[in-house]
Amino acid sequence: MELFSLGIRSIFIDNMIFAYFLGMCSFLAVSKKVSTAIGLGAAVVFVLAVTTPANWLLNEYVLKEGALSWAGDTFLTIDLSFLRFIMFIAIIAAIVQLVEMIVEKFAPALYGALGIFLPLIAVNCAILGGSLFMAQRDYTLAEATVYGFSSGIGFMLAIVALAAIREKLKYSNVPNGLKGLGITMLLTGLMGIAFMSFMGIDL
Amino acid sequence: MSTETTVTEVKKPAEALLSKRRKKLISDPLIDSNPVTIQVLGICSALAVTTQMQPTLIMAISVIFVVVMSNFVISLMRNTIPSRVRIIVQLAVVATLVTLVSELLRAFAYDMYKELSVFVGLIITNCIVMGRLEAFALGNKPYDSVLDGFGSALGYSWIILAVAFFRELLGSGNVFGVPVYDSIAGLIGNDFSLARNGLMVTPVGAFIILGLIIWVQRTKTGYVEH
Repeated sequence: MELFSLGIRSIFIDNMIFAYFLGMCSFLAVSKKVSTAIGLGAAVVFVLAVTTPANWLLNEYVLKEGALSWAGDTFLTIDLSFLRFIMFIAIIAAIVQLVEMIVEKFAPALYGALGIFLPLIAVNCAILGGSLFMAQRDYTLAEATVYGFSSGIGFMLAIVALAAIREKLKYSNVPNGLKGLGITMLLTGLMGIAFMSFMGIDL
Repeated sequence: MSTETTVTEVKKPAEALLSKRRKKLISDPLIDSNPVTIQVLGICSALAVTTQMQPTLIMAISVIFVVVMSNFVISLMRNTIPSRVRIIVQLAVVATLVTLVSELLRAFAYDMYKELSVFVGLIITNCIVMGRLEAFALGNKPYDSVLDGFGSALGYSWIILAVAFFRELLGSGNVFGVPVYDSIAGLIGNDFSLARNGLMVTPVGAFIILGLIIWVQRTKTGYVEH
């Protein structure tokens, strides 16, 4: 039940985009068509669901203060948490590389559609942000997995919704300076207001 | 020609330290090809830390440091990095620099470190850093790369400071923690007070303010996205 409420909270209330602005770059760049948005969203869900628990293991057994105690008493006081950034990003880059190879092999159409954005998932703030928040909030392994997965779902929800709106937006007459990025930011703001209505929910 | 010219530069006379081309490297990203409003890079952190001016300033300084230093280091190594593993190499360099910044903040500005929390770490994934490395530092000499990085980071900085200015002023009535609204109200009279717009402090305010800044900026430069 705890896990379920954590999941709902990460999707709607602590949404990656609307509450923490994570992954905005790809959110804005890949939200022109619903089909590509779904592809990128799915990739983010998958990568987040895999990297967050992987980084949890790394953090729990290598990086945290006293985490190396399994290796012997001499390591009890070692605190490697300053290596967090570099280790997390290394794990993420490796897993993304793996996902890229799998997608290229088994879904060439999706690979073609995502273009350069698949390698760029490695530098998507949402992925690293998920791992850093997980470490900061002291989640357990189960919580970290649920958190990673549902944050990904939250991101996917946001990007698909925005892509759907932007597809319709093609037919409207937007002022020149506001075309593209400007109107998208305002739209995101309005969507954020809608998502704020979830805030009061206490699960 | 200076005595220090290297083998490759022998053919042409050494370029002035701040020649016209080099000045352009710095000035272009400020307005005409601004990384945030025109190239759509680095939006993630541009919004998250901008509820107040002070953390925004710290963030801007950190980003300037990371972009300039990583551009410099990668540019020095550009001929030795195999292109297949360049992303990993870049990430390693950037992550090292960001770790340095984060440890410095923890040592000397612990309050700011707490307030910025994970967003210092997220400089690693700031698209401006990787974007400049990919687009410029991999193909240009170190000094030019430093200038280019400095220009882009400045372009980023003024945008996030502008966003933070409006969010802090309209949302909590302060600028850099100085209570502007209260002093105005104090000047006018006892019954007078200015309403704070709570929406500006929430993420929604950031989206709308940035959207409006983009609108103004693009109208001025005449840039139209298709």
